[in-house]
Amino acid sequence: MDPLQFIIDRYNYWIFIVLMMIGLYTVIARGNLIKKIIGLNIFQTSVFIYYISIGKITGGTAPIYTTAHQEKLFGHGESHERESHDGEGHGGGHGDQSHGPEAAGHESDDGHGEDASTDHAAEPLHAGASNDAAALTAGAGEAPHGAPGDIHAGAPNPPDALTGGDPATTEALGLTINPDLVEPIYSNPLPHVLILTAIVVGVATTAVGLALAVRIREAYGTIEEDELEDADNIAEFGVADPRDREPPPGGKGERPDGPPRGAKLAGDRLSTRLGRGGAS
Amino acid sequence: MTADLAILFSMAVPLVGFFGVWLFDKQPNLREAATLGAGAITLILTLIVFHAVGAGARPEVELFDVVSGLPIAFRAEPLGAMFATLGAGLWIVNSIYSIGYMRGHHEKHQTRFYMCFTVAIASAIGVAYSANLFTLFVFYEVLTLSTFPLVTHKGDEAARNGGRIYLGILMGTSIGLLLPAVVWTFAIAGTADFTPGGILAGKVDAAGPVLPFLLGLYAFGIGKAALMPIHPWLPNAMVAPTPVSAFLHAVAVVKAGVFSVLKIVVYIFGIDLLAISGAAGGFVWIAAVSILLASAIAMNKDNLKARLAYSTVSQLSYVTLGAMLATSMGVMGGALQIAMHALGKMTLFMCAGAIYVGAHKSLVSEMRGLGRVMPFTFGAFFIGAMSIVGLPPLGGSWPKFLLMLGAADAGQLAILGVLILSSLMNVAYLLSIPVMAFYMSPDERTDDGRVLGLDDRAPAGETRLGVKWGALKEAPLLTVAPPIATALGALLLFFFANALYDFLLPITEGGR
Amino acid sequence: MTIADQLPVLPIILPLVLAPFAILLRNGRAAHVFAVVVCGAAFAFCAMLLARVTAEGVISYALGDWAPPIGIEYRVDLANALVMLLVSGVATLAAAFSYASIRTEIDDRQLPLFYAAFMICMTGLLGVTVTGDAFNVFVFLEISSLSTYALVALGARVDRRALTAAFNYLVMGTLGATFFVIGLGLIYQATGTLNMADIRAQLSAGPPGAMPNSMVEAAFAFILVGMGLKAAAFPMHLWMPNAYAYAPSAVSAFIAAASTKVAVYVLIRFTFTIFGSDFDFIDAMLTYVLTPIALAGMFFASIVAVFQEDVKRMLAYSSVGQIGYMLLGISFGTEAGLQASLIHIFNHGLMKSALFMAVACVMLRLGVHTCSGFHGLTKRMPFTAAAFIFSGLSLVGVPLTVGFVSKWYLLQAAFDAGRPWAGFLIVASSLIAVVYVGRVIELILLRDPPSEGLLANDVDGNPVREAPLSMLIPMWVLVGANIYFGLRTDLTAEIAGRAAAALMGGAQ
Repeated sequence: MDPLQFIIDRYNYWIFIVLMMIGLYTVIARGNLIKKIIGLNIFQTSVFIYYISIGKITGGTAPIYTTAHQEKLFGHGESHERESHDGEGHGGGHGDQSHGPEAAGHESDDGHGEDASTDHAAEPLHAGASNDAAALTAGAGEAPHGAPGDIHAGAPNPPDALTGGDPATTEALGLTINPDLVEPIYSNPLPHVLILTAIVVGVATTAVGLALAVRIREAYGTIEEDELEDADNIAEFGVADPRDREPPPGGKGERPDGPPRGAKLAGDRLSTRLGRGGAS
Repeated sequence: MTADLAILFSMAVPLVGFFGVWLFDKQPNLREAATLGAGAITLILTLIVFHAVGAGARPEVELFDVVSGLPIAFRAEPLGAMFATLGAGLWIVNSIYSIGYMRGHHEKHQTRFYMCFTVAIASAIGVAYSANLFTLFVFYEVLTLSTFPLVTHKGDEAARNGGRIYLGILMGTSIGLLLPAVVWTFAIAGTADFTPGGILAGKVDAAGPVLPFLLGLYAFGIGKAALMPIHPWLPNAMVAPTPVSAFLHAVAVVKAGVFSVLKIVVYIFGIDLLAISGAAGGFVWIAAVSILLASAIAMNKDNLKARLAYSTVSQLSYVTLGAMLATSMGVMGGALQIAMHALGKMTLFMCAGAIYVGAHKSLVSEMRGLGRVMPFTFGAFFIGAMSIVGLPPLGGSWPKFLLMLGAADAGQLAILGVLILSSLMNVAYLLSIPVMAFYMSPDERTDDGRVLGLDDRAPAGETRLGVKWGALKEAPLLTVAPPIATALGALLLFFFANALYDFLLPITEGGR
Repeated sequence: MTIADQLPVLPIILPLVLAPFAILLRNGRAAHVFAVVVCGAAFAFCAMLLARVTAEGVISYALGDWAPPIGIEYRVDLANALVMLLVSGVATLAAAFSYASIRTEIDDRQLPLFYAAFMICMTGLLGVTVTGDAFNVFVFLEISSLSTYALVALGARVDRRALTAAFNYLVMGTLGATFFVIGLGLIYQATGTLNMADIRAQLSAGPPGAMPNSMVEAAFAFILVGMGLKAAAFPMHLWMPNAYAYAPSAVSAFIAAASTKVAVYVLIRFTFTIFGSDFDFIDAMLTYVLTPIALAGMFFASIVAVFQEDVKRMLAYSSVGQIGYMLLGISFGTEAGLQASLIHIFNHGLMKSALFMAVACVMLRLGVHTCSGFHGLTKRMPFTAAAFIFSGLSLVGVPLTVGFVSKWYLLQAAFDAGRPWAGFLIVASSLIAVVYVGRVIELILLRDPPSEGLLANDVDGNPVREAPLSMLIPMWVLVGANIYFGLRTDLTAEIAGRAAAALMGGAQ
């Protein structure tokens, strides 16, 4: 294979890696707290892009479903569900613990036990399980395809997106899609949904980080990391660089001669800003 | 009361005494009564066990599993029964002595002192009766921790340093060497129970390196046995008040150490296995070197307690030597040495304390002529020293005799020379003291002919509780009577050694 | 469908939903009581869960009735039930403990917010533990981490360094979480599923030799680094000492016991349930990566701990070392090692929490958490001093305490795994623990309390009194647990043993 082609085909991964490194470098190399947060954001965003790109299929559309499909598909559901239930072929993986009588207690209402839905390793459902190979060799932007209806492959799984009701039915539907009916190619929605969650987490992290930066600025008057360190060293040892430190005058471990804590309990902002060692 | 229950109660009663002492914090007389009462009951209980064991029974108690397959369990066998009885008996003697010493000395924190003592004796008895290595280890550690406050009793810088070394060495060796040895033994043998004949036979390659390595872990891991070079904790522990040195560092703690070595050699390794494999050969010599070196150091110590401490290091190695000889006679000699040395050395320590209380002297060179004013104290000292040296008619002569037999059995004739040389050194540094005290004249006399320093050097504002018998200026009665009692005990044991020998004989079953 | 069927979700959903109400209370005392009740309820549910799992086996709960592997599954087995019990138990005690201490360290108006964040933190940690869905782990992890950053930063009124500590924690924690997410992405790409059990099934399915491929291996590497950061495994621990030292005292007592342990649990779960030690690369990773990390942490962090003047920092470094023990247990790759790890997760939570509580009591009265505050503590605060001594001895591993049980099983695992040298390294590193714990205990026992200077009196200038009962009782409950579980190991050792067997069985 042409090495250049190999590289170009995977351009989404390269973007992800370059962005990730830029972000990581910023976090490590920059002393400014805001820049650190920006770096963190770039780092996180690169991961978002990675997730989104693995779910995207060239020419695939958003997983929206037409009514016609829905009706036909739903019509096939029931019998196959039973089939899959009866034919539980338990993989060794979790076979040892999940067969106790208590499993019945957790069945969903239609009697479709969790065993049936998890232990299908041997079933065609996972026919495309080795799609990782596909993922590795897939062309640019091309997400892995499994067999149609393979819920684990990157291929679309239309019923999930729409039925929204009984998951067991959905599952069964996943098995029974007639390939003829699946004309539109869908992008895999799951990574996108995951990333929505991750974006929310990322925004929250940024918010907390920025709030901390504001508070640090209030308390220290700076957001440069080296200045913060100096300020802490001065507060603790009296000099910016602890290596220059002389032996502390009043024996080791003495409480710095800050205002006694009782005074600080008044809780005024000044004492917050100075911190306990601020006055020395 | 059955012997099974007696085992359990012999550990519970000192702990009841613990709370009794705590309860009577403010009433010293009741407090001391609690200690003595607990001691008396404990002695009776251990005697019940002793009697039962002598009749051939092996009473046992199993509490509960702490680690799977390893319960806290107790099982009395001759060696343990002897050690427990010895500990309980000497505890009473020592408690009487403590009362005299601590009051005569106006020590602070006496309640804490007695409380820690109760825990220490309970855990020493726990070590004695332990039925498996795990139980032994647990009580061994509790013993270390409970004696730490006693060593640092004075609370000054010297005590802190001494305590640091004490805890550092004892905890360091027990966690660093003994614990892995115990776990390893358990992993190899699948059990950790003390079984006559040992549990390792057939489980490890007799000629391989594991056996001597494991034996080394035990020999050095049991820091309380004070085998050189892990002995420094013992001289450093002498910063403690004399009753602590007398009882714990001549009886309970150090004897728990050598007792553990002996017990592990006999019931874990088995005498046969060691004799066949020759794994202990090197340790015989480590013990021998330890005996001679410690004696040599003792000869150079002017401080009486330090001299006694090094003497203890030396004497403890006799037990280790006996164990490592891996012969029946050696083990019997080691076992008897535990009892005989306990009586003898305790006598010496109590005398040292009495001299300190009575005359405020702690250096050997200051004791010239002191025997003339403190004849009872020095008389007891003389008997105790004779016993340590191993002269008849005192108990201490038997273990020396048996050890020599054991060494001959093992074909280690050079060890005979070591034992003889060591006895000569003992004579030089122990018997010289009473001789000096009785026959040499004191250095200084005041104009009216009194010996300087009996009253004059007592700190101002302090009155001593000394009983004055005319010209004699003995220490308080309560500090003089106990050493006399133990000295007589050493004398008696010479005549009853045969009974003790018969009692202990079962431990050598399976040995040659 | 009865309420009993919903048991797995209750400890999560209850504090999550109720936490905002704590803010509405606007009264510190009320919020405190509310938090204790909610955490206590979560603890009760966790205890019931554990009882049920012990009796009946694994519980699988389909969240929102969406059957796994598509829906999110809560899967409770013995391993996570044990960790949940620890987290919720310590949370309850720490919440009960916190009031007297925290009100002197933060503004009154912040108290309801504090308790809300506290509950959410516990929710997140419980969620991480209970869930059987890999991505859900990330979500809950971030829920707990975000609230932890806020909790740590609350220490700013006493010491402004709490802010920088929280910021560093945030940066490192987010990096860790993002690494974790990358790992999940790779797994998802390789298997097409996020359900833990299903990932396992996918990895073992397919033609022999197809799995694991380099993508799966890379995924594990990312997850190892991500969780290593969260767990403060040795070279990735830099955020931790400051975060623990400058967080409000009661917060340290909780997060020290719970948050890193949960990260270690996640590592165990991924290593053994999802990947499984039957893969060669896992075995190699355990031997050549995790073992050195664990050993380096045990020694390096413990030695650093010896030189700390600040007791809270010392305990934090000690935690890094103790995490090393847990990782070492994992790195043996044997059932016994895993059992030892799980036991130590539980036991270390008990002892570290009790130790931090004792420091919190000193902090309350004397306003410092440096060694100087501990001089002669027996004479001023005897119960606090005794609690510190007992739990300190437990940390060292003295018999009759939980620390000894941990050490015993770890040693046994080392010898069983045919690595006696590891056994000797374990005891060697615990000798360092003797030094750093002994140092403080010596100050407590053998020094006289300072008679002049700032530390002669408490923060208000009065003679130093014992800490209030509201702090002493939870602390002594933990100390009691340290001793109880050191004597009776039915709960810890037996459950951990069964859990380890199940985890390793999952790998077959």
